[in-house]
Formats: sequence, structure tokens, C-alpha cells
Amino acid sequence: MDLDFGQILPNLSYILHGLLLNLEITATTVIFGIIWGTLLAIMRLSSFKVLRWFALGYVNIFRSIPLMMVLLWFYLLVPQLLQAFLDLPATTDTRFISALIAFALFEAAYYSEIIRAGIQSVSKGQISASLALGMTKGQALRMVVLPQAFRIMTPLLLTQGIILFQDTTLIYTLSLADFFYRAVNIVGNRDGLVTEMIIFTGAVYFVICFTVSRLVNYYKKRVTR
Amino acid sequence: MKKKTQLAKLVLSFAMLGAISHAAIAEDLTGTLAKIKENGVVVIGHRESSVPFSYYDANQKVVGYSQDYADKIVDAVKEALNMPDLQVKYLPITSQNRIPLLQNGSYDFECGSTTNNVARQQQADFSDTIFIVGTRFLVKESSKIKDIDDLKGKNVVVTSGTTSEVKLNNINDEQKLNIRIITTKDHGDSFRTLESGRAAAFLIDDALLAGERSRAKKPSQWVIVGKPLSYEAYGCMLRKGDTQFKALMDKEISNYQTSGQAEKSFNRWFKEPIPPKGLNMNFDLSPEMKALFAAPNDKALD
Amino acid sequence: MATSWNWGIFLQPTPFGDTTYLGWIWLGFEMTILLALSSGILAFLVGSFFGVLRTLPNRFLAFIGTCYVELFRNVPLIIHLFFWVYAMPMLVPESVRDWLYNDLDPMFFTFLMATIGLGLFTGARICEQVRTAIISIPAGQKNAAIALGLTLRQSYLYIILPNAYRRVLPPLTSEMLNMVKNSAVASTIGYIDLTKQASQLLEHAGRPYESFIAITIGYVIINIAIMLIMQFIEKRVRLPGTIGGKA
Repeated sequence: MDLDFGQILPNLSYILHGLLLNLEITATTVIFGIIWGTLLAIMRLSSFKVLRWFALGYVNIFRSIPLMMVLLWFYLLVPQLLQAFLDLPATTDTRFISALIAFALFEAAYYSEIIRAGIQSVSKGQISASLALGMTKGQALRMVVLPQAFRIMTPLLLTQGIILFQDTTLIYTLSLADFFYRAVNIVGNRDGLVTEMIIFTGAVYFVICFTVSRLVNYYKKRVTR
Repeated sequence: MKKKTQLAKLVLSFAMLGAISHAAIAEDLTGTLAKIKENGVVVIGHRESSVPFSYYDANQKVVGYSQDYADKIVDAVKEALNMPDLQVKYLPITSQNRIPLLQNGSYDFECGSTTNNVARQQQADFSDTIFIVGTRFLVKESSKIKDIDDLKGKNVVVTSGTTSEVKLNNINDEQKLNIRIITTKDHGDSFRTLESGRAAAFLIDDALLAGERSRAKKPSQWVIVGKPLSYEAYGCMLRKGDTQFKALMDKEISNYQTSGQAEKSFNRWFKEPIPPKGLNMNFDLSPEMKALFAAPNDKALD
Repeated sequence: MATSWNWGIFLQPTPFGDTTYLGWIWLGFEMTILLALSSGILAFLVGSFFGVLRTLPNRFLAFIGTCYVELFRNVPLIIHLFFWVYAMPMLVPESVRDWLYNDLDPMFFTFLMATIGLGLFTGARICEQVRTAIISIPAGQKNAAIALGLTLRQSYLYIILPNAYRRVLPPLTSEMLNMVKNSAVASTIGYIDLTKQASQLLEHAGRPYESFIAITIGYVIINIAIMLIMQFIEKRVRLPGTIGGKA
């Protein structure tokens, strides 16, 4: 079979436009995931039993279900929840919103585990010292523990971000027109370029993820030096 | 003087009539129409690769024979609700998710290539029939396959969640044909499976086969064969129990069919070059379709 | 959510007439376990092989191991699976394609490609765990082994690997759990696993919530089973005298 990569060119801008969708979901999820993940991690380590159990249950439930099932679940549930709780304009694309919510809640479970490990890696003496200096527990957490924990775990959080960026291809199953869907299902099927498109999308992902993970490694070396 | 009062009475009664009928509409709107009125937007479910019923043209715009019906229905909704600026949104659906997404309110109605059958009527309502098809096979001309008996022990591809999938599984079981069934996510995937040689035949509604064939690299290589395994009536699908919306759709469809507009749309999509490649489906209006256009109805054919 | 529950739906026959909806879920359950076993074994073997390769003094061999890991860590799983099912057969000679497509049962073909895709993908992650474990073994152990006259091969087989694998077990458990979750992606290439059956039930049974709950429970059961099995293995291979080991 002769591969014809030349035919990708006329459709390139349409296909690459889909990449924006993946980046948008990645960015939103990383931000929300870290915020919610931090809260979950603090709950896991708090002295209130209810909070501890809630965080434990949340993290374990999301970590035992495949992302694809989570996406399907939210695809079903979100339109109804939106109607019930939020007053979003009816013109919102519910598939996009539901994917966003699913990713954010799902990833937060993974982020919270990284953050919990980060917090626990800060030595206990520092908390005792902060308390002895007259700080409240909250102040100690905010001003002493978290800044150090985040410095340690930034590379891990970024690596998780790369994994997440790859996972966003799964919105393919919701027929959302992301990079992979546009390339393979729309242009590939229409113009008979499926083989070329699979190789092309793989190459694009490789270049992006490889480059970013190299940068993360470089950053990690500088931080730990 | 007398004349004046009469005129005043007339005006008053008209005004009251207007007020009443206006109130009546506002009060009586139920189900989907009420939802559309409240949100100011109607969401149409559409297919991405049901050529030539509902699919993307080269500019990723939804077009097709069924889409013509959907446009008509939107016009009728705009008129009935007195909302000329009603916003129209499109949601791509697949065979697998079309029913749950209808039920959970993601979209309001769809005109694509959905068969109206007794089983589905448990979950959704259907408008008057918009198209009648026979379920047949698409095969490579050089393969010499003529009917289902030639497919014993071979690979046949069907699209997941379609009536063809059910039918083929049933017949395969009853007649012990040992056909190896491959299921895929959508018609585009199915045709890709056929074209790559992974399956010897693709079973689906004949009009869709003609559509898939028109998108092939070499359309003349592919032929539609076999006695129809069944006849299917396509309808537009709406939420179950929504009689008000169904009445509006049925009225619009029956006008469209009896006035000859539907046949024009048929000729446009089945006998003339269509996007994206300008190929011609060369598909004739069947006697069943002629009968339908003369007497619109919403009967399922199973 | 407006509709009421109908759990009896699972006992109703499917439209194919072959079984009940419960039977469909059970089939998906079995297929998910089958795929997890086959790709788990492949991932373990391939991951161990390349993991060892990456620690060898030979630069060229180590480089091959690095290439494998980078290729599979930087490309999404769904693209790997699509490659094996749709692209790879187009790149091989026609006779091979014909064998893959027509001589193999299509169900087996999909299973085979899903195993290769998921196995190699997970293998890249296991490779990293094996490499890390090997590196973490104090160099003194290897040096002592060589000094005692063991060859490099012998020192790996009798000294380094047995210790390294004990350290690999905990991360291996989480990789296996990840793999089961990742196996859901195989439904996109038509592999009849639990997730695929969830969408089948969605279309044919029309009871999305009941179906999804049943499928989700299926995954939770598999997860718990893997955790128990790995815990059992960990206990069995623990060295006496280490923390948690028998005295």
C-alpha cells in the first residue's frame, strides 16, 4: 500500500484546530485538579473523621473506575445535573462541559494522591516549629508545608499533566471533534487516509509529549540540585 | 351609535379571542415545545456519516435528505412558537447513544436514519415515516457474492446498535450460517472495515449502502446484493409521550410529502451529484416510497 | 433519573436471542479478565526484558530499551490500538493481511491486537519500574557477585533480579490496576469487554443507569481481586528478617 501523507496538508489547519480542544481540557483539568486535589489531600490528613472518610472514599472510587466509564457516566448525568443545579444557558455544549467535569473530578483523585505524598514528605519537625512560633495549624500548612511540598512535587504534577493530555484523546468516544477524531474519523474516513492519519497523529503526540517530558526532566534536575 | 357598539364588541371579542388563544398556547405548551420556548433554543440530533440522510459536507456542515425534514420541522416550530429568531443547535449522535441522549434531554429530536420499530417504541416516539429501506449487503463486485448463503463462514460487518445487527445475529443463529460478525461504532468505520478487506460484506439499509459506496475510492467496485432481509421505516425520533410535538411534526411531514416537496428532496439527494465528492447515488424511488408520499403514516414495518 | 429503577431488565432476553442482558455483562466481564491476563503476562515479560536491557553496560542495548519506553509513554493508548487494528495490516504484505483479516477469527484478531497494544503500552511502564528497582540495588551486591566469580548473567539471575522483583511488587500492583482500567480503551476497536457491553446495553436495553451501575461494579470486583492476589504474592515472597517478613 502506498502511503500518501501529502493529502494531510490541505486539512491540516482543520485537524490542528482540534488540538485546541485537548489543550483546553488539559489546562482546565490541571488547574481544577490541583485545587480540588489539594483540598482532598488536606481532608485525607485532617483530624476530622468525616472529612477523612469522604476523601478516602472519593479517591478510591474514582481510582477504581476506568476513565472511559467515568466519561460515559458523566455524559449521561451531566445534562440533567446542569438543568437541576446550574442555570447555564441552554446553548452550552453539554458534551464538552460533561467531559470537562468528568476529567476534572477524575484527575483530582490522582492529583490528591501526589499532593498527599508531597505533604507527608515534609518533616514533622517543621510543623512543630511553626506551631511553637505561634502559628495556627492553617498558617503552618499554608506558609510552611505547602510551599515546600509543591516544590518537591511539581515535576510529578507536570508528568501527570502529560498523561492527562494523552488521556484527553478518549473524548473520541463522545464524538467530540478533538485532534484524533478530526484526523481519523472525519478527514481520514472521508478521504481514505485512515492509515496515514493514525501514523500522523501518533507522531504529533510523540513530538509534543516527548519534548515536554524532557523539559520536565530538565526542570526536575535543576530543582533537586 | 348602534353600529359603533357592534364594532367595538367585534374588536373586543377579537382582542379577547387573541388573548385567550395566546394564553392557551402559553399554558398548553408541554414537553419539548415548552422546553424549546423556555430555553430559546432547539437542539437537533444528527448523524455524522449517514450518507445521504444526515452527514457532513466538505465544510463540516450537516446536510442530507433527513436534514431537509429537520429544517422543515424547525421552521414549523419557529412558526408555532412565534419565535423567528429561535436558536438552532446541532448535536452529533451515534447508533449507540441516540436513545439515552434523547431521553436525558441532550437533544430535542433527530431526523437521521433511525428505524421506527416496536422495540424502540418502548423508549421513544416516532414521527411519520420519512423513508423506507430494505436491509441488504454491500460487497466487492469481483467477489461474486449474490446473497446471504454465499456468506457462510465469512466475515460480515454491521454497525453496532442498528437493526441490521439484531437481524444478522438472529438469522445467523437460526440458519446456522457461521457468519463471523464484526461490529463497529459507525457506518464510516464499517465501510472502512469492508474496504480494507477485513469483511466480505457490509449489511445495512440499502440507501445507506449507496451512500457509503459513493464515498469509496472506486465506487464502481462495489455492488448492493441480496434479497432484503427486512424492510425498515425511518422516522424522526422524539421523546416518548410528547403528543403535542409529534402532532406538529406529523402535520409538517405529511404536508411536505403530499405537496411533492419530499420527492424533490429525494431527487436532490439520490439522483443528483451530492457533496462532498459530487458523486451520484443513482438510487430510484421505490414503489414503497411512492405509496408513502401518497399516504403519509407512522407505521413500523416489523 | 426521573424514571424508576428496573433491575429485572438484566433477566430479559437480548434482541439477539442468544442470552439475557446479564449474559452480555458476564461475557464482557470474562473478556475484560481475559484481556487483563494476556496483556498482563505480555507486559511483564516485555517490561522485564527491556527493563534489564536498560541497565546493561552495553550502550546500544540500553538505547533500544530507551526508545521502546519513550515510544510507548508518549503516544496515547487509543492511537496504539488503532495502529494495530487499522494501520499495521495495511503496511504488511497482502498475504499477511489476508491471513490476519480472513484466516483468523475476527474476534480473535481483535483480542490479539488489543493484547499487543495494551501489553506493549503497559510493558513500557513496568520496564521503568524494573529499571528503577535494579538501579536501587546497592552496587556492592553486584560487585561482590562479580568478585566471587559470577558472570554478569549469573549476577543478574541469582543476586540482582530476585531482590529487584521484591521491590517491584508494590508498584507492579498499581500498574496492573491501571492496566485493567486502560483495557476499557479496547472497546473502541470493537473488543467486547465490559465497557463495550455498557454501550451495547445502552442501545438495546435502554436502561442506562442500571447498566452502568452493573458494569461499574464489575470493574470494582476485578480491582479488588487483583489487589488481593498481589498482596498474597507479596506475602509469599517476602524475605525473613525484613520489615513485614516472618522472623
